[in-house]
Amino acid sequence: MKLIRRYKFFITVTASLVILFFINYEAGIKAVEITTFSFKKMILIIPPIFILLGLLDIWVPKATMVKYMGKNSGIKGVLLSLFIGSSAAGPLYGAFPVAAVFMKKGVKFSNIIIFLGACSTTKIPMLLFEVSSLGKKFALSRLGINILGILIMSWMISKLIPKKEIEKIYLNAEKL
Amino acid sequence: MKILNLTLYIITLLLLGLSYFKDRGKTKKALKKGLKAFENILPQFLGIIVLTGILLANFNQETISKIIGDQSGWLGVLISGMVGTVTLIPGFVAFPTAAMLLKSGAGYVQITAFISTLMMVGIVTIPVEIKYFGRRLAVLRNSIAFIFSFIVAYVIGGLVM
Repeated sequence: MKLIRRYKFFITVTASLVILFFINYEAGIKAVEITTFSFKKMILIIPPIFILLGLLDIWVPKATMVKYMGKNSGIKGVLLSLFIGSSAAGPLYGAFPVAAVFMKKGVKFSNIIIFLGACSTTKIPMLLFEVSSLGKKFALSRLGINILGILIMSWMISKLIPKKEIEKIYLNAEKL
Repeated sequence: MKILNLTLYIITLLLLGLSYFKDRGKTKKALKKGLKAFENILPQFLGIIVLTGILLANFNQETISKIIGDQSGWLGVLISGMVGTVTLIPGFVAFPTAAMLLKSGAGYVQITAFISTLMMVGIVTIPVEIKYFGRRLAVLRNSIAFIFSFIVAYVIGGLVM
C-alpha cells in the first residue's frame, strides 16, 4: 500500500499515457519515444550525481560547509553557491536532493536559494548552448540580468518566508 | 554533452577511488546514502519523465511556434511565459528551438519569456519541490521567478532589438 502511495503520481501519468494511445495512437507512440529518450539521458547522469552526493554527505564535515557557505560566510558563500549551482549538471529537480544535503550541512538559507537559482538558469554547459544558438549578446546579457535577479530573488524569499517555516524546512531535510 | 558526462564520470570515479582508498567503511556508507537519496526521489523522477513525454508529444514545436509566432504584444509574451512554465525541455533542445522560432518571425521578448520560465518555473515539477521545501517556499519561489521572467524578457528585448 505504501509503495502504491509513493508511486501514485507515476501510476497516474502512466495510466494517462495508456489512455493517450486510445485517443491518439500517433501521439502515444511519440510520447513513449520521448519518454524513452529522456529516460536514457537520466540513467546516464543519475549514478555520478548520487554517488557524489553520498560522498559529500559522508566526507565533508558540517563545520567546513558552515564556514564556507553558512551563516557568516558573507560574499564568499554567495559566490560559492552561484558557482556550484552554475556548474551543476542535469535538470533543476535533480538539484533538490543536493540542496537537501546542503541544508543538512548547515548552508545558509539564502545561499540555498541562490544555489537553486543558479542551477535553474545560469548553468555553464547550457550557456555554451545558448551562445551557439542565440548569440553572445543575447546569452551574456541574459546571464548578467539573471545573476542580478537570482541575488534579488534570494533576498526577497529569505525576507518573505518566516523563520519558523525555514526551521521546518531544515528539519525536513534531515529526514530526506 | 558527451564530454561533460565523461568529465562527470571521471571526477566521480576519482573521488570514489580516493574515498575507498582512505576508508572502505565510510565509502560504503556514502554509497548507501547516495542510494537512499536516489530511492527517495525515484517515484517523482519516473513520473516527471513520463509526464514530459506526454506533454511534449502533444505540445510540439509547431504548436509552440504557432502560439508564439502568431501572437504579438504583451498577450503573446504572457502566453509564451505560460507555455514555458508547463514545458520541460532540456536546454540543448530549447535553445535551437528558440533560434528557429526567432528566424520564423517570433519576437525576442516572447522568446526570452519562454526560455526564462522554462528554466526557472516548473509547474510539472512542483510536487517534487514541495516534498523538499514545503508548499510555501515552492509556490513563492516559482511565483517570483515567473514575474522575474517577464522583467528579463522586456530588458533583453530592449537590449537585443
